[in-house]
Amino acid sequence: MLTKKSGVYSLTLLLPAAAIYGILFIYPTLMSFFFSFTRWNLTEWTWIGFDNFRMFFEERALMIGFRNTFIFAFVTAGLKVVIGLLLAVLLTSQLRTKDFVRSAVFFPTLVSTIAVGIAFSVLMHPSQGLINQTLALVGINGPDWLGNPSYALLSVALVDVWKGVGIATVIFIAGMMSIPKDYYEAIQIDGGNKMDAFKHITLPLSRPATNAVIILALIGGLRTFDLVWAMTGGGPGFSSDLIASIIYKQYQAGFYGLSTAGNVILFLLVAIVVFPLYRLITRKEVDL
Amino acid sequence: MEAAHEKTKEKHKLNTAPKKKLSKILIESIIVLFTIAIFLVPFYFIMINSFKTSQEAAELSLAWPSEFQIVENFTTVFQAQNNMLVTAFMNSTIITVSSIVLLMVFASMAAFILQRRSGKMVSIIAAIFLAGLMIPPAVVPTIWVLESLHLFRTLPGIILVMTAISIPFSMILYMGFIATIPKDIDEAAIIDGCNSWTLFFKIIFPLLKPIHATVIILNAVQIFNDFVHPLYFFPGAENATVQLTLYNFMSVYSTSWNLLFANVLLITIPPFILFLIFSKKIVAGMTAGAVKG
Repeated sequence: MLTKKSGVYSLTLLLPAAAIYGILFIYPTLMSFFFSFTRWNLTEWTWIGFDNFRMFFEERALMIGFRNTFIFAFVTAGLKVVIGLLLAVLLTSQLRTKDFVRSAVFFPTLVSTIAVGIAFSVLMHPSQGLINQTLALVGINGPDWLGNPSYALLSVALVDVWKGVGIATVIFIAGMMSIPKDYYEAIQIDGGNKMDAFKHITLPLSRPATNAVIILALIGGLRTFDLVWAMTGGGPGFSSDLIASIIYKQYQAGFYGLSTAGNVILFLLVAIVVFPLYRLITRKEVDL
Repeated sequence: MEAAHEKTKEKHKLNTAPKKKLSKILIESIIVLFTIAIFLVPFYFIMINSFKTSQEAAELSLAWPSEFQIVENFTTVFQAQNNMLVTAFMNSTIITVSSIVLLMVFASMAAFILQRRSGKMVSIIAAIFLAGLMIPPAVVPTIWVLESLHLFRTLPGIILVMTAISIPFSMILYMGFIATIPKDIDEAAIIDGCNSWTLFFKIIFPLLKPIHATVIILNAVQIFNDFVHPLYFFPGAENATVQLTLYNFMSVYSTSWNLLFANVLLITIPPFILFLIFSKKIVAGMTAGAVKG
């Protein structure tokens, strides 16, 4: 029975969004759990139990992608927090050029990932690239950023940080702007210096912003595909493959069941990493 | 203006020695130089090389071109592969505009109901919508659904997919804004004889103008720049979108960096214009979404 009040807010207004989202997002997500247990060509399927998942964890190439996804997500999230925090401190100080610096830091977030990937794969060219030529000026012999299997993943991670740190920075700035000025005056009266103010006021009170940055960066990092694809294609070998790029490769090769199993693994990974973190963080915020 | 500001500051701090001021200027210059080197040089690099001849661009340097080849480069890029870039710009515009229209209407309708009603069922529905912020779309099953609806490789198909995956974020923005609209307005409208639909479209929807702007801008950047979903759900040469042309040209132009960079520059222009006009709104929208998400 609808009360008079809720009758005003008819659920029929929900229907269009629910239909589009339900049919093209929720339904495929639910079906992915079923199809990940099959060998499948879009029209016919055979049930093969856990074979796809077993394949995923036994095949070395696929396992590397699994490990890489973790490394990539945590490295990018960590760097975004540290660099974003430092930039935000800088940009909330009395810097006279802060508007310029903030715009410059933020702009890459609006540029397409593929464009950024192409630009940096050229800038990271081992001999001709601008980065190594600049390093050579100060006597550093720059590495083969994308061609060396031990560096490729981290190089892509650095570019991801370059592109995404602007969002982290503006989130931190928004958090810091909401800290009352009196706190800083109080610590000054007590004889604290700027470092004390950062440690005892800015850092603890930026906690909600830090949480938002970590969660956003982890979700983005775990799902990354386009940047890796534009810069290394997952190579050299499989050294910079991520789960999302494996999903694409298996799809291209026609292994739809295996590709979907990759999707399910990615889903579970995001859920396992992000969801508890989210719960933990929101609980801590209440304590503050 | 800066100078005047500085003067008042000086008056307040009479003890500021000139030495300290000098070191301040020095630090500030270093910061600006680093910002330019790290964040702006890559864009300058793309731009200047898109103006060069292919031999000069092959040097991959920041040097000033000895000969400008702007018009020729850009017409070549536009005409390549049967005007593929023109088709791509048209497709991307259609996809972006249509998805945004659907989002504005449907996401705000749903947000209104979910914000105004309470109860267990409503909070479960809201949670399912918001889960979409985290969950990676299931690729092949989505293709399977699109195929069974005969929407795979079609514009309506990709538009609906882009709408579906953008609903959660847009809905958060709308819900946050609708929470600030007093319920008295609803009640007054009901007394005047509105039902849910007329209440929403006559009264509430026009009030959402400020947040509509945020939704439009953020989704425009997101959808226009998207590479992954068109790659999966809108494949085929005749279906190009701007990000895919870039990707396709990577192999075709591997020897002509000037053309590849011209293409990069062209598809960066629309977001750049949005940035110039709306940077404040974009920043506000992104932080609002982040803090609530």
